[in-house]
Amino acid sequence: MLKCTSACAGCSDSLALRYVLKAAGPDTVMVVPACCTSVIQGIYPNTAFNVPVYNIAFGAAAACASGMSNAFRAAGKKTNVIVYAGDGGTLDIGIQAMSGAFERGTDFLYICYDNEAYGNTGMQRSGGTPMGAKTTTTPTGKTDAKKDIDAIIAAHDPPYMATACAAYPQDIFKKVQKALTFRGPTFLHILAPCPPGWRYPTEKSVEIGKLAVKTGMWVLYEREYGKVTIGPQSKAAMKKPLPLEEYLSPQGRFKGIDPKIVEILKQRIAKNYQRLAAEEEASA
Amino acid sequence: MFEIRIHSRGGQGGVTAARLLAMAALHDGKYATACPFYGAERRGAPIVSFVRIDDRPIKIYSRIRQPDMVVVLDTSVMDTVDVLHGLKKGGRIIINSAGKREFPGFECRNVDLTGIALRKNLVVAGSPILNTPVIGALAKMGIITADSAKKAIREMFSDERNVNAADAAYKEMSA
Amino acid sequence: MKKIATGNKAVAEAVKQATPGVVAAYPITPQTEIVEQIAEFVSGGLMPTRYIAVESEHSAMAACIGASITGVRTFTATSSHGLLYMHEMTNWAAGARLPIVMANVNRSLGPGWNIWAEHTDALQERDTGWLQIYVSTVQETYDAILMAFRIAEHNDVLLPVMVNLDGFLLSHIMQPVDTVELGDFIPAIYLPHAIDPKHPAGYGPLTGPDQHFKFRWEIERSMRDSVKVIEQTEKEFAERFGRKYGFTEDYRCDDADVIVIALGTLGKEAEVAVDILRNEGVKAGSMRIRWLRPFPKLELKGKDVVVIDRDYSFGFGGIVANEIKAKTGISLYSVIAGIGGQEVTYDDIAGFVRTRRMGEEFWFGVNTHV
Repeated sequence: MLKCTSACAGCSDSLALRYVLKAAGPDTVMVVPACCTSVIQGIYPNTAFNVPVYNIAFGAAAACASGMSNAFRAAGKKTNVIVYAGDGGTLDIGIQAMSGAFERGTDFLYICYDNEAYGNTGMQRSGGTPMGAKTTTTPTGKTDAKKDIDAIIAAHDPPYMATACAAYPQDIFKKVQKALTFRGPTFLHILAPCPPGWRYPTEKSVEIGKLAVKTGMWVLYEREYGKVTIGPQSKAAMKKPLPLEEYLSPQGRFKGIDPKIVEILKQRIAKNYQRLAAEEEASA
Repeated sequence: MFEIRIHSRGGQGGVTAARLLAMAALHDGKYATACPFYGAERRGAPIVSFVRIDDRPIKIYSRIRQPDMVVVLDTSVMDTVDVLHGLKKGGRIIINSAGKREFPGFECRNVDLTGIALRKNLVVAGSPILNTPVIGALAKMGIITADSAKKAIREMFSDERNVNAADAAYKEMSA
Repeated sequence: MKKIATGNKAVAEAVKQATPGVVAAYPITPQTEIVEQIAEFVSGGLMPTRYIAVESEHSAMAACIGASITGVRTFTATSSHGLLYMHEMTNWAAGARLPIVMANVNRSLGPGWNIWAEHTDALQERDTGWLQIYVSTVQETYDAILMAFRIAEHNDVLLPVMVNLDGFLLSHIMQPVDTVELGDFIPAIYLPHAIDPKHPAGYGPLTGPDQHFKFRWEIERSMRDSVKVIEQTEKEFAERFGRKYGFTEDYRCDDADVIVIALGTLGKEAEVAVDILRNEGVKAGSMRIRWLRPFPKLELKGKDVVVIDRDYSFGFGGIVANEIKAKTGISLYSVIAGIGGQEVTYDDIAGFVRTRRMGEEFWFGVNTHV
């Protein structure tokens, strides 16, 4: 990635992107549906990416990448095909194409960077928005839970999938490198804190991302051929999680959140921890 | 132009019979089109196929309204379908029947295609194959030559029993 | 070699000979036979092609786009609702300047469910930047698919081509087809903007109001340039394989007082009507429009023109009739017939000509002049 992207100040997606591209290397093509990264890459005739970027319509990234991957492989090329899509393009409008591409065993890496709303259109709710978060289309806070896309992906049984967080760029680097060693579909789900959307100061993206992990709102783990490994940061957090309020209170989107919803979120964190720990143990 | 309408039930081979007929006509140096009238695909439902044979290219796509000939592969469709509808005066009929049906004003030939198929052990998924024997009957009527009929059948089927069945129908069809 | 084939099989045979690198497709009646046949060719080793069995038509076109931008030849087929479902992507394919070839088997739109012939599906795509041709025989279907690859991939064009054939009437009819030894008729594909990691570039990024219109004009310019490419391609096809085509197929038009215009099989059946009318002393002719995009130059001044539309634009009129009116300025008799596979015979067409009322519109079967 080159200097002078057109990202917002404090954007953690561009931080994640830098490490994704470093890990992927030059023989890479990015497929990007409508999302913040459509904007971040630059405005014609400029581009901030040092690899080709193929922009495609909102719901079509995985299908487009599946055509591209097949064409490259048919030509004997090993070029990495990486979908880089937001939560809207993954959890919502792109889920059908993504499910199809995973089911067909497409040789690609699908990365969902998740800022938990439709960011570049001004923060409307998505399937990735957590319960209780205010967006422009949930002005009093979202009443539905965040869609568990990782469970949906896991049901497709890909050889490798992992979660990551923009606050841990080295972890992203390693996971991208690892994902690209597999043949077939792989998935990386990156939590990407968003200062204007989540309503916190621009210099706090890394801090917020770390708090997400330390409170358990976000869990770092890998699933390799079904074997679950929880990352050391989350392992530590599971032993002694920080109070959830430490993650919620710095963010304007959770301002005035109903204590009952905080309770539900806490229960979900506990349940999620339990489930992942059990899966890790069972697959060990 | 010679126009033929084939009545059958879905899965009995009426469409394939139409195709074989068109292929044989092509071998005779003629132009031919064969078109099934399709609904949603339903096994066992009455269906019709149309075959046109001419010395010139055929430009018609609409259904045959006044056929020169009608072929009935399954007499049970006659309970619900008027197979003689629009048939030209003095027009010809081939009926798959062991009996001897007559239709005043038309030239009707009976041939036991089902019996022939069963005798030749031409049965697929429990159903006797009628599409190749009927081609023999059509050759007997002079619609196509016997040589072209065999050639068409061999192009589509490697099993020689199909040709034998067509031969049998050629020989057995009523005068 | 001459054989009997359906329109669908003729498409598959031509695609096999054109050897695309990637075919991505989703089944839909009455197109399914095309993709089944191609899948069989691929799995039987008769085509060196990747067949991607996608989960929707939207993904079919998206996958073709992703494959095409790497510089390989691509093909898909669809019909009706499938075409409408990929509408966003058909626009993308043209805007991205990708020479994708698609067979569209024309079928009506629901509700109610109707699987029979109608042209409204493809005509709703006419502003997307795709070249569109409508064919009328199995032979013409086969020939058009072969030419479509060459035209689409020509570097003066680089736009996708849609070959339209009538559902069941042509997709399922069995007619003689003479296949050819293709030789080098379709040159190896060269996509000047093919994606290449050695030369990083942004494809289709944010493009401002000061730039976007330039790309749109480029599409239009290529659409205009395609006229010459179509002419050249059809000329060379005739020289090599002996079958001549044009933007329209004119039948007994030279001295005609009244001309029938229709797309697809109706346009072919109209020739039979013309013969009947000529025997009655009516100087009739038939002008079957083949290429709808780019739209052909039509010489119709001083003639009575009867246009049969197997399509409709609600609140406006027959689409082809109104395109002709807009381009030629003539007054004509607009007949709406054949909707949803409605039976229209050569006798009916002759009847339209006999009872024509210039300047009016007539819905066949509804019997209302408007």
